Amino acid sequence: MKPLPVHPARAVLAASALVLLGSVRLFAVGEAATTAVPDARKAEFAASLPTEQAVLTAAPHVPPPITRDHAARVVVNLEVREVVKQLADGVDYTFWTFGGEVPGLFIRVRQGDLIEFHLSNHPTSKLPHNIDLHAVTGPGGGATSSFTAPGHSSVFSFQALNPGLYVYHCATAPVPIHVASGMYGLILVEPHGGLPPVDREFYVMQGEFYTTGNYGEAGLQTFDMPKALDERPNYVVFNGGVGSLVGDKAITAEVGETVRLFVGNGGPNLISSFHVIGEIFDRVLHEAGTLVNENVQTTLVPAGGATMVDFRVEVPGTYILVDHSLFRAFNKGALGMLKVSGEPDAIVYSGKEVDEVYLGGQSAAGSETVRREEALRAEREDVIAANPRITEIDTEIQMERGKRIYFASCFACHGQDGEGIPGVFPPVADSDYLMADKDRAIRVILKGLTGPITVNGKPYNSAMPPQDLTDQQVADVLTFVMNSFGNRGEDVTPAEVKAVRTAN
Amino acid sequence: MSPLRLLHAGLLVTLFASGAWGERSGMVEVPAGEFAPLLRSRDEPETVPVPSFWMDVHPVTNAQYLAFVQTHPLWARSQVRRLFADELYLAHWTGDFELGPGAPPDAPVVLVSWFAARAYAESRDARLPTIAEWERAAAVGIDTDDARTDPAVAAVLARWFSRPNAGPLPDVERGAANRLGLHDLFGLVWEWVEDFNTALVTGESRADTGLERNLFCGAGSVGARDNTDYPAFMRAGFRSSLRAAYAVPNLGFRCVVSP
Repeated sequence: MKPLPVHPARAVLAASALVLLGSVRLFAVGEAATTAVPDARKAEFAASLPTEQAVLTAAPHVPPPITRDHAARVVVNLEVREVVKQLADGVDYTFWTFGGEVPGLFIRVRQGDLIEFHLSNHPTSKLPHNIDLHAVTGPGGGATSSFTAPGHSSVFSFQALNPGLYVYHCATAPVPIHVASGMYGLILVEPHGGLPPVDREFYVMQGEFYTTGNYGEAGLQTFDMPKALDERPNYVVFNGGVGSLVGDKAITAEVGETVRLFVGNGGPNLISSFHVIGEIFDRVLHEAGTLVNENVQTTLVPAGGATMVDFRVEVPGTYILVDHSLFRAFNKGALGMLKVSGEPDAIVYSGKEVDEVYLGGQSAAGSETVRREEALRAEREDVIAANPRITEIDTEIQMERGKRIYFASCFACHGQDGEGIPGVFPPVADSDYLMADKDRAIRVILKGLTGPITVNGKPYNSAMPPQDLTDQQVADVLTFVMNSFGNRGEDVTPAEVKAVRTAN
Repeated sequence: MSPLRLLHAGLLVTLFASGAWGERSGMVEVPAGEFAPLLRSRDEPETVPVPSFWMDVHPVTNAQYLAFVQTHPLWARSQVRRLFADELYLAHWTGDFELGPGAPPDAPVVLVSWFAARAYAESRDARLPTIAEWERAAAVGIDTDDARTDPAVAAVLARWFSRPNAGPLPDVERGAANRLGLHDLFGLVWEWVEDFNTALVTGESRADTGLERNLFCGAGSVGARDNTDYPAFMRAGFRSSLRAAYAVPNLGFRCVVSP
């Protein structure tokens, strides 16, 4: 961590305080209460500061901004409790908490403050707990000095060297279980001069929970180790439970106000893609550091990290806070609400102005382009109909193709000139049988023909096999035959062939 | 206290007096085996041999501890030296020699310090188990021989961790015994061990300087035998949070003797 431009003597004092903390462990087993020998320089520094009790708040509330322009000795009392609370409607869970709340109580101090931290572990706790504040410069972030058995208290102090918004969490082994049970919160270290003023500040913290029962399964749920190892939570929530920022519990603002969200992510596993539907973050303190990004839609909040976003609300309505990894929002609970009241501004946002039926391409009237295409198609048909030569050409093309097929498939029996073989295969040239019934002719080609028939007054009794030809080929070859060898008939279209083929 | 309970307490007193505890009533033999420490430095062996020993079938109960206090009044709540037990010592009892509603006779005694637990064991010609002995006994599961992979053990532990304390502790021997016949190793109370304060530092000091005694944060998994063995981490974490004079609401003990 970078050193701060603080008074050199103070820096030395802070460093010596940390050295002192390391020595606490040396005390012998068996003392009912462990008290470190006070460090003279730290004691002198502490004595030089005015003392105040930290105001701690439960989410979504944030302690008021710090108005003093000097450092203070800030006493923080935080109690660890293992409590049953609601994780979702009808779903209970045993949360391990800082201050009886998930997320833990919000702590607000000023850069340069000396924080005297009192961590108490309630006697009913099953487990020892400690606290690692990411705002601490020193081993374990305080965890080395705050390891506390049930029914005991620990005290340590640190100087808030770097400004920013920091996650704190329990760091007792196995740390992922402690965090997965809700042991995290935020501590804000205001920079000298404070943060830019806003009208409203709120505390929102994401975390995920791994339960044996599926999402929404009622009753007291048990922690599910395999799901936690696989990072497959049943619940991803803001402020410790499904619906904790919804309906009556939504955060609120008035049109024209500026809103700041202190957003943390306890994890233990997932990164949040934090987004407020219908708002653009005017300013984002990226990762809650000093780098300002502007006009941001969605910002990442790392597990064990935080961000600060500011925006002005311009028009009334409900703005939805989500983790934009949307299955988490839609199916696992990562959803909150900001309700903004006030006068609408139709220039910024009109609201709905038109609601009409839209049928797209299915419309009887159709769209402009569809209507134009249909008109052109009709015009083309008219032009073709007005020019018989085009029809003639079409027939000639069909005749040429049909001739090819005839001489590939038909001529062996029906002859080069359609004369057939007398007494065996009937002729197709000048054939009354052929020309009498177009559909019958098509059917004969498709299905074959067996049995006695009379053609041009002569009896035949043999067999023609079905021909394996497409509709187009049948149409072509029949058109050829019925307009050749002295026959004079209509064209045959593939549609007519298809009709006969499907008639059976 | 029921007449039967009085009789039981009297019997214990008689046994202590006659030094007849060698009968090892209420104990089962844990055969010789191995203990795989959760954390060890690189040049330590993966397992250490554990000779066979006898262990209490269940944690010491309030009735048993009351019998001890009656014969050793220096360990009564109002008489004990603060150096040996803190202010919470037997705080759930009604009086020096009275259990009351917060301490059912057959429930495990808790809120006793390490010094007190040792004194009790000594009075029985027994001792507290070492970490190696306790973990050796608890490595045997309920349905299988390996507690770490036994779903029955995992279920008992998860249920315990996921329920806050409500009222007095339940009686001992309510749950299934493990395959050695030992009850309540999982899911009732934590238990003192002789060498609790060496929980995370297992070897000579120079080799251990890199080991963090408090196992905080991710550092806790460095050098761990099996970093998915969360119950072992919890026990190790719990032990290292203790001081010998601490009396803790979920912490009891049981005794062992060597053959």
